[in-house]
Amino acid sequence: MKSELILDVQGLTTVFRMEDGSEIKAVDDVSFNVKSGETVAIVGESGSGKSVTAMSIMRLIPNPPGQIVSGKIHFEGNDLLSMSEEEARAIRGNKISMIFQEPMTSLNPSMTVGRQISEPAEVHSMITSQKASQMSQSLLDAVRIPDSADRVSSYPHEFSGGMRQRVMIAMGMSCNPKLIIADEPTTALDVTVQAQVLHLLKDITYKTNASLILITHDLGVVARYADRVHVMYAGKIVESGKSRDIFNSPQHPYTLALMNSIPRLSNQKKEKLKPIRGNPPDLSKLPVGCSFNPRCDFAIKQCFHEKPTLTTNNRYQSKACWATINDK
Amino acid sequence: MQSYVWRRLLAVIPTLVFASMIVFLVIRIIPGDAVDLIIKNSPFMENTEEVRKQIEADLGLDKPIHIQYVQWISNIVFRGDLGKSLMRETSVSNEIVSRLPVTFWLGSLAILFALVIAVPIGVYSALYQDTLGDHIGRSFAILGLAIPSFWLGTIVVILPAILWGWSPPTRLIPFSQNPFSFIAVFISPALILGASLAAVTMRMTRTMMLEVLRQDYIRTARAKGLREKLVVTRHALRNALIPVVTLVGLFVPFVIGGTVVLERIFDLPGVGQLLLLGVMDRDYPVITGIFLMIGIFVIFTNLIVDLSYGLLDPKVRYQKN
Repeated sequence: MKSELILDVQGLTTVFRMEDGSEIKAVDDVSFNVKSGETVAIVGESGSGKSVTAMSIMRLIPNPPGQIVSGKIHFEGNDLLSMSEEEARAIRGNKISMIFQEPMTSLNPSMTVGRQISEPAEVHSMITSQKASQMSQSLLDAVRIPDSADRVSSYPHEFSGGMRQRVMIAMGMSCNPKLIIADEPTTALDVTVQAQVLHLLKDITYKTNASLILITHDLGVVARYADRVHVMYAGKIVESGKSRDIFNSPQHPYTLALMNSIPRLSNQKKEKLKPIRGNPPDLSKLPVGCSFNPRCDFAIKQCFHEKPTLTTNNRYQSKACWATINDK
Repeated sequence: MQSYVWRRLLAVIPTLVFASMIVFLVIRIIPGDAVDLIIKNSPFMENTEEVRKQIEADLGLDKPIHIQYVQWISNIVFRGDLGKSLMRETSVSNEIVSRLPVTFWLGSLAILFALVIAVPIGVYSALYQDTLGDHIGRSFAILGLAIPSFWLGTIVVILPAILWGWSPPTRLIPFSQNPFSFIAVFISPALILGASLAAVTMRMTRTMMLEVLRQDYIRTARAKGLREKLVVTRHALRNALIPVVTLVGLFVPFVIGGTVVLERIFDLPGVGQLLLLGVMDRDYPVITGIFLMIGIFVIFTNLIVDLSYGLLDPKVRYQKN
């Protein structure tokens, strides 16, 4: 049961057509899978392709300008990308639900939260409209919003940011999905609220045995909540493995750089934070060879000629890198 | 909510006093006056100082202007009397009341037509942005804005008459007798008046729809697995139409102006025609009476629009204090 694959992404490539006619690969040959009940994190800077990957799984890439050009996304054994729009729609919001990063703007301002929470269940005809408000109320209870009986008829502007994200989670739970994709669910929230929301998300997925794809740029979140991690850079997965392994011994220079750039309370030596030098990559002007080479501290000659591929080492950890990290 | 309405109603009083003063004064400043016209139109009167004085005294125009104003306004406040027409000696209030239904029908049908035409086209244009349909829709909108309704009205009356010897019906049959032929009279002028409003409404609807369709909550709605039709009608349209409601409120003065022109062209016996007649005759009580009525009407429609906002947009709630 535990090892059953729920989602299997193979060679996903999503491109966006620019105004000048050129194409950029926002997601470039990405493969990963998610097992039943597992939490998988996708980590990376802004523009690394995390959200586009999520939107590709949802089949919500706006076309034009975006298009999934190749790859397969098997969900419970069926390829989402070869389905008709109607078949995909029946899964979207039903078996796969998504929680977005902007709780302040992701809720319809002129509709009661109760109605919005039960809407997925209603459109996937799982409940009658009479039972909808009752259902919203119990979902509000489940995400620990007090006074749920009154709150179902409130509007989003009457909620705080953290509460709105709870509402989003309640909404994502309404059809008992098999897979939840949370796209930076805590980015817009206060630090204290972030932990509460993530705890809730983890707790709920654990109770319902749903799988969770956690998209984030916060490695602290990853270490605490994810079973496995995929690190993305410039549309490609550059390192993946168990989160404990990656945390203990990052193999890719980019992962290492990410870890060095976050503050740690355990840091006794008062070391300075090391920001990653340079700028996030411009997808339309990627360098020859490894996309990370202009910012890499360990780059060797090969890095400037040849693109590295994702290769597994003996510790169930994969990286796409020619160089070896040596402690300087 | 209640206290908000009361405060708004209280604020109406100074606005109306100020507006009535301006109307009362300005109409007396413009050259030419009723006395000249009365003498000119009467075969028995000669244009002498004596005759003029006599007429002015009869009409109450000999008194200082502030006395005239106080008299006029106190008649309105205490007796609901707008005075008598200088030319026809009929009660201005009665004339306005008897003509009001015609103007009301013309104006409301114009707004109705504008919305019925504009909102679907606006939504279509936004959904199919930059397609042929969008361009056609927008071209018509610009056309509607560019063509003045007096020209279009004249063409609609004259052209069919020349070509086929037919012209739009203008004879008013009472609503109680035959509601269909009563409304038929209003269709062409209301469409013409509605066309220019439709242009603005369509552009507003399109812009707001495009704006709303970009919002994060539309993405949320799609991620829920809603059919695109439901995403548009349930989530986008309502939010897009909130500003359109304000627009309808702003239409009211414009529509009243438009009825004056179109009632004349289509020879409809409404308040607009009465106003035109009043201006030609320098018939002060008629003009001031109608303007006062328009003022009240505009103020109250604005109030209604503001209140309807609270129903449409849950973020707007009327606070005490």
